[in-house]
Amino acid sequence: MARTVPTGTKLGWTIAAWVVALLIFFPILYTIVTSFKSETEAIAGFNLVPSGTLESYREVQSQYNYFKPFMNSVIIAVGSTILALLVAIPAAWSMAFSPTRRTRDILMWMLSTKMMPAVAVLVPMYLIFRDWGLLDSRIGLTVMLMLINLPIVVWMLYTYFREIPGEILEAARMDGATLWGEIVYVLTPMAVPGIASTLLLNIILAWNEAFWTIRLTTTNAAPLTAFIVSFSSPQGLFWAKLSAASTLAIAPILVLGWFSQKQLVRGLTFGAVK
Amino acid sequence: MATRQTRTLARFMMVPSVILLLVWMVVPLAMTLWFSFQNYNLLNPANVSFGGLFNYRFFYTDPAFFQSIWNTLVIVLGVLLITVIGGIALALLLDQPIFGQGIVRILVISPFFVMPPVAALVWKNMLMHPGYGVFADIARFVGLRPIDWFAQYPLFSIILIVAWQWLPFATLILLTSLQSLDGEQKEAAEMDGAGALSRFIHLTLPHMARAITVVILIQTIFLLGIYAEILVTTNGGPGYASTNLPFLIYRTALLGYDVGGASAGGIIAVVLANIVALFLMRAVGRNLDK
Repeated sequence: MARTVPTGTKLGWTIAAWVVALLIFFPILYTIVTSFKSETEAIAGFNLVPSGTLESYREVQSQYNYFKPFMNSVIIAVGSTILALLVAIPAAWSMAFSPTRRTRDILMWMLSTKMMPAVAVLVPMYLIFRDWGLLDSRIGLTVMLMLINLPIVVWMLYTYFREIPGEILEAARMDGATLWGEIVYVLTPMAVPGIASTLLLNIILAWNEAFWTIRLTTTNAAPLTAFIVSFSSPQGLFWAKLSAASTLAIAPILVLGWFSQKQLVRGLTFGAVK
Repeated sequence: MATRQTRTLARFMMVPSVILLLVWMVVPLAMTLWFSFQNYNLLNPANVSFGGLFNYRFFYTDPAFFQSIWNTLVIVLGVLLITVIGGIALALLLDQPIFGQGIVRILVISPFFVMPPVAALVWKNMLMHPGYGVFADIARFVGLRPIDWFAQYPLFSIILIVAWQWLPFATLILLTSLQSLDGEQKEAAEMDGAGALSRFIHLTLPHMARAITVVILIQTIFLLGIYAEILVTTNGGPGYASTNLPFLIYRTALLGYDVGGASAGGIIAVVLANIVALFLMRAVGRNLDK
């Protein structure tokens, strides 16, 4: 639209939008602010200017060994995403480049596995994990998160791969490229952006998964989700510490998320909205 | 286009995904179904017997059961109502010419990236706490008595927190859809003298219909399984006032050690999810097939 908007109108919309945006962002902002307060400051009433102490951050590390759940989150989120990619790339590839009559059905079926409520299989999964000694293990949780995110990974990759034009393959074949050459030199470079987006989104989803990560861990393999839950029955003053732990837990994903807005829409709507 | 050899290879490449998902779907679900007919308590694992439909009857006659189904539906519908209407309004607002649009967008979508336990605990303690929360500060400031949100309105409080988490998702998707609306069409409608409201109803809303359906479908899948938010705020209480079906099953399984009862609940959850999915897929299918 090549229309020019009067500055007054634009200013009005700007103020409205900023007010609403800041209201929505306020809980996060206030958490960050409170993380730089002392415990007594934190309950002393509404105040947006903290004293700037780093005491809470120090205590979260020294009292609760924050680094351990953080590393667990990193290992589980990244590990499960990479595992899912290894399994999903060949499948998505084959469905995108040599689809059959059943491809659509298979994709819909995969999507339908996402609709199974996690809680419906809580009992068997808990017993299997217990009997195989996987409770509170990073490996068990990594495999678990890989399974629950696999349908989304396949779908996302499929929607990206489908956009790679098939003619390019034919051209490469005419030029005498082997199947291997085709994959390495022609398709891979075109597929990398899609794979990267899928990787990003799934790390976010795995990082924030809050059912299995809480129920299948206790201390050793507990990622940040389970760690934060331990603040729901605290002793003494804890708001500043809760804020510091929360800020650390959400900061990396918040930044990743800002970079992946577009992919988020695509990935979570299974390509239905672009 | 593909040769016979690549076609065979292509079939082969699908095998790991399909087998993994098949096993993941069939094995635990079959086990749940099997357990649901057993009298099986983890405190007394030596004494397992066939119980027929006992567990289902037990679940069915438990007053908590109907309340939990009701609460599940209230949470889903409440959050959908807030996020869809709020999402449309926000998308329309963010689609206007704004200074600093990029930053505004980032601020608005941020809650979606906050993990559920953090979101719930921050709301519970720092915003909705009856003594020290920001809401209480505001209430005192305007001369009202602070509300003890989680004791007085437990379900509403949870809906509020979950809606905050999902509003960005709805907004982002609806905004994406809105931005793909043809500018020329809008201008043509404007030239024809269509007012803002009439343009919204006859042009914008139909254009967003598909995105709205997608938002409803995807959110419903996630909202049926709300768990962590309840765990860290009300723990299902007071009484069963904020217990939804997932939370009731968790209580039966891991706090009551009742494998049979929890499994029967699990099967009921699957049936419920399937009814919702069928209903939604039909509505969405019409929309998705362009």
